[in-house]
Amino acid sequence: MLKSRIVELSFLLLIATSLWSQNAPMVSIKRGAYVPLYGTTDKKPVEIAAFEMDVYPVTNAQFVTFLKKYPAYTRSKMKGVFADKSYLSHWQSDYDYGKNNLSTAPVTNVSWFAAKKYCECQGKRLPTMDEWEYVAMADEKRIDARTKEDFNKYIMSWYEKPKTYANPIGQTYKNYWGVYDMHGLVWEWTADFNSIFLSGESRKDKDTDKNLFCGSGSVNASDLMNYAAFMRYAFRGSLKARYTTKNLGFRCADDKKQQLNLSQISKK
Amino acid sequence: MKFSSKNIVLGCMVMFLFLQACNKKSESDLKDKPISDLSVYNLPSKWTSQNGENLEMKDLKGKVLVMVMIYTSCKSACPRLVADMRNIEQRLPENIKENVKLVLVSIDPAVDTPKRLKAFAIENKMEGNQWLFLRSSEENTREFAAVLAVNYKKISPLDFSHSNIISVFNADGELAYQQEGLGVNSDETIKKITEEAEKLN
Repeated sequence: MLKSRIVELSFLLLIATSLWSQNAPMVSIKRGAYVPLYGTTDKKPVEIAAFEMDVYPVTNAQFVTFLKKYPAYTRSKMKGVFADKSYLSHWQSDYDYGKNNLSTAPVTNVSWFAAKKYCECQGKRLPTMDEWEYVAMADEKRIDARTKEDFNKYIMSWYEKPKTYANPIGQTYKNYWGVYDMHGLVWEWTADFNSIFLSGESRKDKDTDKNLFCGSGSVNASDLMNYAAFMRYAFRGSLKARYTTKNLGFRCADDKKQQLNLSQISKK
Repeated sequence: MKFSSKNIVLGCMVMFLFLQACNKKSESDLKDKPISDLSVYNLPSKWTSQNGENLEMKDLKGKVLVMVMIYTSCKSACPRLVADMRNIEQRLPENIKENVKLVLVSIDPAVDTPKRLKAFAIENKMEGNQWLFLRSSEENTREFAAVLAVNYKKISPLDFSHSNIISVFNADGELAYQQEGLGVNSDETIKKITEEAEKLN
């Protein structure tokens, strides 16, 4: 009797720890279509297949766990081709995010390569830009709140707030899908961040997209909706994959259902 | 609803904050030293050539690499990029040609099969050993583009927008020079290739 009780308890514990350490909570995002600010020349809706998205951005504590398994991604060992000098520079040391950073704050100062690797090691991937924007256009109540004035004001007021990256995850609103912190905490990497063409940067002769950027464009786009999104696309357009910055973190996505069956747990 | 100038100033600041990263390159004359920190040979991805051979970037170690990203069904920019590559190749001094590999990487792996790349090579008279055409998975391609700072996006079933950048890597796989734009003067690019390739003689 006692024995079976112990077995049962340890089994529950196993599930609990497995859930806690291996599987950051995810929610299902239903398939849909929307017209993003940027990316379709003909203003046709982009189709989004059903996928799963992390509820929160990846935290400092979670990133330490990852580094312990993949030491090549620690600050001292990271290759220059995959991250610039400021990679995790706000941390105390290789495996210590230090006293000044919360364990539950989003990890920032990470390059695209590091973010990509982290997600791969969780059996996940980075969300595409279209997927990220699709989830980000939801407020508490509706899938697409982009035309709502309050919603845009909220986003814009965050743009003006300093140092939100030091805040813990999960303190902003929970959106329609059950996802937190799409706005109000940090900017986030996406898988295809390098698919943007801006005339604003120094590169010449590449295709530019008038939808997004032309002298009068951003001002004429009288609605705040476009301005708020424009900021994100402009930011992504300024990035290179090895760049790291204080206010840029990431979360993971996945296109398959997360299955938690016994065989998987016992393997771990 | 109005734009405050504060927002716009902030926006500009956000964009410029990220231009601080610098590309310091440590030169080396040695061929057989371990792969350096800034080397493209650190990429683990696997590629297939126009001849159906499988390879990794590090298999190209020891050659100066001239790389460009294209797709074969492209009608506008790529033919000019390809012409630029051919022009660069023709103008290289004979005594260093052996040390240089010219690599065309497909951004459209779904369409650009090895067979298709081979046909493209023949069509464009790029059949010599110095020419290498590569394709990999979409994910590896996206990663490789990230290293080259090449941006691209599929804009219709057959077409992509992409940056027109020709990159020169030294024998250690470190980025030595980038030529941006179409039909630009290649003097500087050729000079850099020659400089790097002469070290190998």
